[in-house]
Amino acid sequence: MTLDMLPLEIPDALGGGQAYAARAGLLRLTGAKGKGRMTSDTEPDWAALLLRVRDDADKAAFALLFRHFAPRIKAFLRKSGASEPLAEECAQEVMATLWHKAHLFDPTRASVATWVFTIARNRRIDALRKSRRPEPEDLPWGPEAEPDQADAMVLQQESRRLGEALAQLPEKQRSLIERAYFGDLSHSEIAAETGLPLGTIKSRIRLALERLRHQMS
Amino acid sequence: MTIRHHLSDPLIMAYSAGQLPEAFSLVVATHVSLCDDCRSRLLAFDAIGGALIEDAAEVRMADDSFEATMARISGMPQAVQARSSRIMGAVFPAPLRDCVGGDLGAVKWRSVGMGVRQAILKMDSGATARLLHIPAGQAVPDHGHRGMELTLVLQGAFRDTEDRFGPGDVEIATEDLDHTPVAEPGSDCICLAATDAPLRFNRLIPRIAQPFLRI
Repeated sequence: MTLDMLPLEIPDALGGGQAYAARAGLLRLTGAKGKGRMTSDTEPDWAALLLRVRDDADKAAFALLFRHFAPRIKAFLRKSGASEPLAEECAQEVMATLWHKAHLFDPTRASVATWVFTIARNRRIDALRKSRRPEPEDLPWGPEAEPDQADAMVLQQESRRLGEALAQLPEKQRSLIERAYFGDLSHSEIAAETGLPLGTIKSRIRLALERLRHQMS
Repeated sequence: MTIRHHLSDPLIMAYSAGQLPEAFSLVVATHVSLCDDCRSRLLAFDAIGGALIEDAAEVRMADDSFEATMARISGMPQAVQARSSRIMGAVFPAPLRDCVGGDLGAVKWRSVGMGVRQAILKMDSGATARLLHIPAGQAVPDHGHRGMELTLVLQGAFRDTEDRFGPGDVEIATEDLDHTPVAEPGSDCICLAATDAPLRFNRLIPRIAQPFLRI
């Protein structure tokens, strides 16, 4: 596969995203096996890009993140009942927060998408519900604060698997979960059963946390 | 601290989805601060939110959006708020300290009789939260609640018809549960309790809970 075939479009004005990401070694090839059919797709390593924003205030890396996540954040806010201008404004604010809080991102605990979700969710509570959401206190960090690469990789893989599992749910169940997270439940009629492959990701995250605790003690 | 009574999946999910009133969020955040098991379950539920964001149909951003965001970034103050972390020897985890404006010593108690004291915490309108100080061996005065009540033990322990609840344990009681918690002898019991105002939380939780009870 050549770089030209990569499904990633970044205007030249932003520094030529594909070439940039490839140069920086930030593209990873992933092959997903599904129903006997071999598909392969390529996507930037979002966590690596975010770490570049953190370490080097890297605008080109941020542009790639923006292009991918900003329209999704806006979709999330629109579905949650925000008007078009409010959703646009909040999506920009969430991305700006992503930049400013990049140093708090921990790839062993969350994928970039998950982290983006938590920031967008908090912005929604603040802007739409005019409410507050108390946050758990942070785990104390030991002197070895650099996240473990293997843990980070496992978590990113598990997050990806969770996404695939969600996508494979019957539409009815999937939309139920989406409404629970995005929508205003007081206006929904929700009565169905669903199951999620949470077990794997839970145990993986637990392992990562246990390792973290061992490092601390 | 050995925690035996944890948050339910529906509660953690509702917290992750940002659907809880502030008082319940406070109990969840405080328990999660003490309980690594519930913390990892919360991360898993957050990951569902992440997967949904990843999968969301894109909504077009304004033409000047990227430039506007970069301008916001330059305009934001650089001073980044440090996240609250554990303080050795503190009775209250960070989310509760933030809410009270200090640790146990900063609480403005009011007597409610029989030696029991309470402090109502300022919350948004969905549900109420308060701290309870129950002298060792004393029963909590009748506190009927409609809907759901969450009680998190911060110090000491109490017993009721259900079980014993020690530090870090959370009791999830519905209006069906007729319980009179009694503080164990030996040490005063300090709890954080959240009760929903009628009509709101009551409607919300079963709807979230039902589909997920089988997780």
